[in-house]
Amino acid sequence: MPRASADVIVVGAGIVGAFCARALHDSGLDVLVVDGAPPGGGATAACMGHVVVMDDSEAQFALCRRSQLAWDALAGELPQSAEHDDCGTLWIAEDGPQMEAARAKHDYYEQRGVRSEILDARQLEDAEPELRPGLAGALRVPGDSVVYPPAVASWLLRDISVEVGTPAHRVDCDDRSARVRLDDGRSLVAGHVVVAAGVASLDLLDEELRAELPNASIRPRKGHLVITERAMGFCRHQLVELGYLASAHGDPSAPSVAFNLQPRKTGQMLVGSSRQLGTTSPAVEPDIVHQMLERAHHYLPDLGRLQAIRVWCGFRPSTDDHLPYVGPVPGHDRVLLAAGHEGLGITTAPGTAELIAHFVSETATTELEISAYRPSRHGVSRP
Amino acid sequence: MTRHVEVDVAVVGAGPGGLAAIEALTRDRSPHSSTTHPGTIALIDDAPIVGGQIWRARDSRPARETDSYLDLLQHDQVDHLQETLIVDAASGSGESPVLFAVGPTGPVRIVARAIVLATGAMERFLPFPGWTLPGVVGAGGLQALIKGGFDVAGRRLVIAGSGPLLLAVADLARRCGAQVLCLTEQAERHSLLPFARAILVRPGKLWQGLGLGRRLLPVRKRFGTWPIRAVGDERLEHVVLRSSDGRESTVECDLLACGFGLVPRLSLPRLLGCQVEAVGDGALRVVVDDRQRTSVPGVYAIGEATGVGGVDKALVEGRVAGLDAAGKGVDARLMASRDRERRFADALEASFSLRDELRELPTSDTLVCRCEDVPWTELAAARCARDAKLNTRCGMGPCQARVCGPALAFLKGWVPESPRPPLFPTDLQTLTDLYQTETFSEQSPPSNQKVDRAAPV
Ligand SMILES: Cc1cc2nc3c(=O)[nH]c(=O)nc-3n(C[C@H](O)[C@H](O)[C@H](O)COP(=O)(O)OP(=O)(O)OC[C@H]3O[C@@H](n4cnc5c(N)ncnc54)[C@H](O)[C@@H]3O)c2cc1C
Ligand SMILES: Cc1cc2nc3c(=O)[nH]c(=O)nc-3n(C[C@H](O)[C@H](O)[C@H](O)COP(=O)(O)OP(=O)(O)OC[C@H]3O[C@@H](n4cnc5c(N)ncnc54)[C@H](O)[C@@H]3O)c2cc1C
Repeated sequence: MPRASADVIVVGAGIVGAFCARALHDSGLDVLVVDGAPPGGGATAACMGHVVVMDDSEAQFALCRRSQLAWDALAGELPQSAEHDDCGTLWIAEDGPQMEAARAKHDYYEQRGVRSEILDARQLEDAEPELRPGLAGALRVPGDSVVYPPAVASWLLRDISVEVGTPAHRVDCDDRSARVRLDDGRSLVAGHVVVAAGVASLDLLDEELRAELPNASIRPRKGHLVITERAMGFCRHQLVELGYLASAHGDPSAPSVAFNLQPRKTGQMLVGSSRQLGTTSPAVEPDIVHQMLERAHHYLPDLGRLQAIRVWCGFRPSTDDHLPYVGPVPGHDRVLLAAGHEGLGITTAPGTAELIAHFVSETATTELEISAYRPSRHGVSRP
Repeated sequence: MTRHVEVDVAVVGAGPGGLAAIEALTRDRSPHSSTTHPGTIALIDDAPIVGGQIWRARDSRPARETDSYLDLLQHDQVDHLQETLIVDAASGSGESPVLFAVGPTGPVRIVARAIVLATGAMERFLPFPGWTLPGVVGAGGLQALIKGGFDVAGRRLVIAGSGPLLLAVADLARRCGAQVLCLTEQAERHSLLPFARAILVRPGKLWQGLGLGRRLLPVRKRFGTWPIRAVGDERLEHVVLRSSDGRESTVECDLLACGFGLVPRLSLPRLLGCQVEAVGDGALRVVVDDRQRTSVPGVYAIGEATGVGGVDKALVEGRVAGLDAAGKGVDARLMASRDRERRFADALEASFSLRDELRELPTSDTLVCRCEDVPWTELAAARCARDAKLNTRCGMGPCQARVCGPALAFLKGWVPESPRPPLFPTDLQTLTDLYQTETFSEQSPPSNQKVDRAAPV
């Protein structure tokens, strides 16, 4: 018999929903998770699983850093299927100006207690012999890691009630409770509802709730990836071109590609990535993949000999300010959002869960500055 | 360098279905075809010789059944792309479908107004304890091995599973000197009556042309019997068979050839977005209308892809699709024979339907996905194929669940996931070239230029 109520209902069993459910469960609440599809099958299954500390803004850095420490604490417990690998990141500099950017990044990290080191051209060659000669150097961030997120999501949900197969239709609330109406007409009732449905999250809010967030949007930002057969040792670090930052945050309306390569624990190489707004077609786009692979060949001349076994794409849930919505819908404390993590949702899911637990449970606390992530930043301006 | 080919109709698969389509397309082509490139046809197949699964002769030459078609392939409107494997396909809204292929000289990109998919069937293999031992092979696999020169003379062979393919394999193996100890069919003898009847009313029918009935008289056949275990130290030593009356028996042998029926090969149709439907036993087939048109505009499907029914079905459906794609009418007689073939396919399906006991074949440590070494027990908690893939890596390997997909569709009722490009492992350099957009395109070259495929365009 499917359950009809709980202390908290989490809508969406992606990496964000799974971490939130875990944190709420661990703080003693009775949690029910609902998802229209199997856990971890959304953006969480389509991504690279790079746990990386980014520094576009202080708020982004803080959430990444807090989350990374949580990932590190979890590492020993993760099952083998989580494919956890602390391979570290190499931010690759092609030329002098990019080397400058590497140094600036190094200083930024150092001031905030994140270990990193500058590699010169020679050291870079030793670290990753497959990279083409003539690169300027790199910044190595040894604390970054890689996981296989769908397996983590399932593992986090292991002893939590999860109802799979019926999508949620609408979420609403009154003074006493919050409610999830399902596509099959059933209603589920809880003290709080956490909406962690990725790109679909805002569409699940009923009119009254949605009206509180007139300036909020979560737009799908398409990305392509290619994975190869096993080629153990081809590369050892997650490699990212420093030009990636320009790609990730350049003119968002134009499709862009950047070199990004990840060695998987299986020995496979995962090659990325592209960014595109304005499309919801799940089809692989040959010319985007072409550009993306050209970019990768530019750094790894011998990459062409590896065998590709799959190309796919996914959609990052992106917000206009590149920060997720984490916290209550303004004026309706019983409904919370945990969505809009764009290209960093794997990394920042644990920090997000900490914030959500803080809002919902009386016992949980957080050191994070909560206001930066609150949905109210895109709410109705109130005097 | 990527070769760009633009044709009116691209036929994928040079088996009976594809060849029949080519014949219909080339026969007095309508001069008024309202297309940009009237008259050009491409026939694409990954094999080095024409004929598909059945007309592939033993000595690496086309079988004589293909004789009448070979001339057609010399037709200067036909560009025959051999050893060309299609690895991806796209059908944009309003745009012509595109096929991405890898040929002997590299990547080929084919744009066509219409595509006829005649990609055939593949064998379904169900996992049971010991199936990964050396000496256990697929029945179709053994057939291909023998055709490729593998010597079975004097070997003790057990053939087990389901479907008429087993008979063909028994016959071939016997003719090549193998000692066929027994042939076991999981279906009961009485349930094969519809099949036998269908063959009787359609003389000259599939498998029957081989005169199988007579030639296989000396082979011991057991119905309602199936393999439950292959046993051996380093390699196969004996197989344990179980019958529906509960009895078990052990047969010592060198080779065990197994197959549990054929299922349509659907990766390409599904990649193009063609609607599919369930047939039974978890298998899927492409949905087509009375002109073999799929749900995707400009894409036809014929032969085993629309339901396993053998050569005659492939031939007649190929003719229908070819005529329709050429803008010609399909007469009532042809339609009637197509309908007859479809009924035959249904009878075949019903006769050899798999028994429930086969769902208990795998035991907890039986490998189900060989690419990723996933045993049966790990799949216990999974809700569907996707869930299993995300949590156990089942079906995540290079073969894209080609083997475990149809098996799990029967064993667990899981609809196999849609495939992703590339359909076959493709090196990244080739993939990069293949996906290069090029505005310049080439009309299929006339036959005198065909030899030089390498010419950059
Ligand atoms: C190509 C690519 C590469 C990426 N690489 C990285 C990376 O290296 N590192 C990183 O940190 N991040 C990366 N990301 C981003 C990351 O994947 C996402 O930020 C993250 O997965 C978002 O998780 P989520 O749980 O919010 O969303 P999802 O994983 O999409 O989960 C949402 C869940 O909600 C469910 N759902 C939707 N609608 C409903 C409904 N109506 N009712 C019930 N359930 C519903 C869905 O089925 C799904 O399971 C990448 C993304 C892409 C596309
Ligand atoms: C393993 C096996 C053994 C069989 N043995 C017999 C037998 O002994 N006797 C008998 O009467 N019938 C046999 N059949 C059935 C027989 O194949 C069919 O009756 C008949 O060949 C159907 O014709 P078709 O044109 O539909 O497909 P097929 O003859 O199978 O032709 C399909 C062609 O498409 C090609 N192709 C598929 N995908 C791609 C791609 N992505 N790129 C390029 N080319 C592609 C294949 O290589 C193949 O040549 C067998 C079938 C199988 C699967």
